[in-house]
Amino acid sequence: MQERIVITGMGIVSAIGTSVEENLEALLKRESGLGRLSLFDSIYKDQIQVGEVKLTDKELEESLQMDLNDNYTRTTLLGIYAAKQAVENASIEDINDCRTGLISSTSVGGMDYIERYYTEFATNPQVVKYITSQEAGASTDKIANYLGLKGYVSTISTACSSAANAIMMGCRMIKSGKLDRVIVGGTDALSKFTINGFNTLMILSDSLNSPFDQDRKGLNLGEAAAYIVIEKESIARNANRAILGVVSGYGNANDAFHQTASSENGEGAYLAMEKALTMAGLESNQIDYINAHGTATPNNDLSEGRAIERIFVDKVPYFSSTKPYTGHTLAAAGAIEAVYSLLAIGHQKVFANLNFKTPMEELNIQPQTETLDLPLQHVMSNSFGFGGNCSTVIFSKA
Amino acid sequence: MSKNTIYINGLGSVSIQEQSRNFDLSTMLEIQQGINLAKQPSYKDLMPPASLRRMSKGVKMGMYAAKIALQESDIKTPDAIITGTGLGCLIDSEKFLELLLENDENHLTPTAFIQSTHNTVGGQIALQMGCKGYNFTYVHQNSSFESALLDAFLQIKGSELENALVGGIDEVGSSTYKNLQIAEKINTEEQLFESGVNAAEGATFFFLNKEATEKSYAEILDISIENTMDKNRIETFLSDNNIAIQEVGSLFLGSCELAVDKEYFSSFESLFPTAEKVLYKRYVGHHHTASAFGLLLAAEHAQKQVCNEKYTLLYNQFEGKDHSLILLKKC
Amino acid sequence: MEDLKKELKVKIIEVLNLEDIELSEIGDQDALFGDGLGLDSIDALELIVLMDKDYGIKLSDPKEGREIFQSIETMAAYIAAHRTK
Repeated sequence: MQERIVITGMGIVSAIGTSVEENLEALLKRESGLGRLSLFDSIYKDQIQVGEVKLTDKELEESLQMDLNDNYTRTTLLGIYAAKQAVENASIEDINDCRTGLISSTSVGGMDYIERYYTEFATNPQVVKYITSQEAGASTDKIANYLGLKGYVSTISTACSSAANAIMMGCRMIKSGKLDRVIVGGTDALSKFTINGFNTLMILSDSLNSPFDQDRKGLNLGEAAAYIVIEKESIARNANRAILGVVSGYGNANDAFHQTASSENGEGAYLAMEKALTMAGLESNQIDYINAHGTATPNNDLSEGRAIERIFVDKVPYFSSTKPYTGHTLAAAGAIEAVYSLLAIGHQKVFANLNFKTPMEELNIQPQTETLDLPLQHVMSNSFGFGGNCSTVIFSKA
Repeated sequence: MSKNTIYINGLGSVSIQEQSRNFDLSTMLEIQQGINLAKQPSYKDLMPPASLRRMSKGVKMGMYAAKIALQESDIKTPDAIITGTGLGCLIDSEKFLELLLENDENHLTPTAFIQSTHNTVGGQIALQMGCKGYNFTYVHQNSSFESALLDAFLQIKGSELENALVGGIDEVGSSTYKNLQIAEKINTEEQLFESGVNAAEGATFFFLNKEATEKSYAEILDISIENTMDKNRIETFLSDNNIAIQEVGSLFLGSCELAVDKEYFSSFESLFPTAEKVLYKRYVGHHHTASAFGLLLAAEHAQKQVCNEKYTLLYNQFEGKDHSLILLKKC
Repeated sequence: MEDLKKELKVKIIEVLNLEDIELSEIGDQDALFGDGLGLDSIDALELIVLMDKDYGIKLSDPKEGREIFQSIETMAAYIAAHRTK
């Protein structure tokens, strides 16, 4: 029998807090981290809501005691901040005491700094060091170096499903016997590039996002980083580590419908959820809570809602989207929501879906709008991205 | 883990070379100093013109190489599509960013943004082929392709997949490459830098299957990727696969022939004094997924081998990071 | 009006990279989306930007585009009535 893959550590920095505890507190108090853009100037700053991490680059660098002259981008700094927390949370003293890997994810890499200095590279030698930070893998390398990690290091970028996919590959590396432990997650800082990109698709809301609401107007972007430590159960048990949950199933599928939009019946999402259930050996009615992708765009919530109705038929579990707290944190979203799913299991709570008023005409289901105490055994987390990329991970109580 | 075997049953490429496969080292073009652009095939022969209208060069190159690899394997739709790219869809990223900066965020259109994501090629192939299976994109610099290959390898080995389309794609983006010349990472036509490479672009795809066919090029025995290089790693890797050093007949090395990398490659080579060696970047230039082309050459080479040299080993690293080993066996 | 229609055809071919389509192949009443010219939702967003940039018409909801972008004729009529530049 295949040994279980357990989670022994988690770290997070998001718009609702710079630690796991702060994030949990905000979720329970129903406090959103969304607000006006202050990190940089944009012609849209008074029209949009964003989820900013309330730490400046300088504060991040100082708290991590890092060399201020290196070429750290905000994406990298957020990543190091959260990965360090995860490793500490797992009480790992020597990162290389077993075969350890790092699989991170990001959507636009160091774009936050590239866009800032793009017009200066030819004339200002001071900023030339940032040129190589454009590579998506550069942030991962810096996290690996900070942690002193010698083993397998990789980066995944499949738009907004990236971090969920990093979790999957991490599990695969352990199952195949290539690694014993992997730090998996993702990081993405806000950038003008993504704000403008989503704006051209006309899917940015000018108000607070309201997932699964009939009158939803679109998403709010956020920035965040989160990592979890996954290990072979025997290694975690031998080290007497607290076990926060088990990765019991996962699945990735492609909608193969449109470059950015999801199909109306949510075929890709359906296939991803189905694969994850099959791997976990669970019937759909055994899922107690779904942390939905729920970006609050008209297209996502309809497609995801239909896919949920198709999978769960007349027994749809409690579900909510936590995007109203953090905004949509792109590549990091799957990791942020993995932490929230594990918190849900650890504290036996379903988190409330904020800003919901009116059920969608096309669906017979509606999200949980109040925090709920509930015995939770299995929690499903969905993440979907451009290019038809659909991912589902199932976390279970140990 | 099961004992499934993994074969390379089809391949295709777009590179600075004229053809897509069937290469002969003695007649291949060599890379020029500076930035080298890939020879663009006639895309309209393989793809409907309407589908080409939004594709940037990288997407076209990737789609073309993927189609060639599948054609050779007589496969219409693979079970999975797994790609690697170092810098992703640079041309559209630059286009969107430059318009954003020039027009101060006004009048931007979505097409370039949509196409700028790193998984554009993998997503487009899935869309065109109607492939609803597993679809991943790795973006870890010089092991981007190796990561994609490892993922497919583990899934076929672990019976999660029967087959997979795996490829590496990188395109030259003029501004980014110019910036990399400013940073002295890429040579100019006039100037050689201490850590400057001769850069190029291209796409190389493989169709992997758990069943061998008459056309199979080689069997992939194992893959290993590590951030740092341990002294005993190569011996351990080979002994894990029950292979003696003397059994490795050919080496395919991802060397850019830079002073900073010399130590790694020369100590690697010194372990295999009698093996034949190929420095494949001389023929494909440096880009983050050049190793995919290296594997293509190695696979073709393995297929043609007649003597008793059964094993081929590929080694790649860059600036002391992302050390990867790929072990091939003649079919 | 005829000039505007021709202008629109030229712009659409250019903006949407319809390299293989000749001006004469687009009829004034032909459907631009679906079975006609085969444009899709991404093209619709491109056309919304074109309306703003070239004619000073701002459409805030992609759904509004559906009526306006039915054909070259409907587009030209809407532009003629609402243009600010």
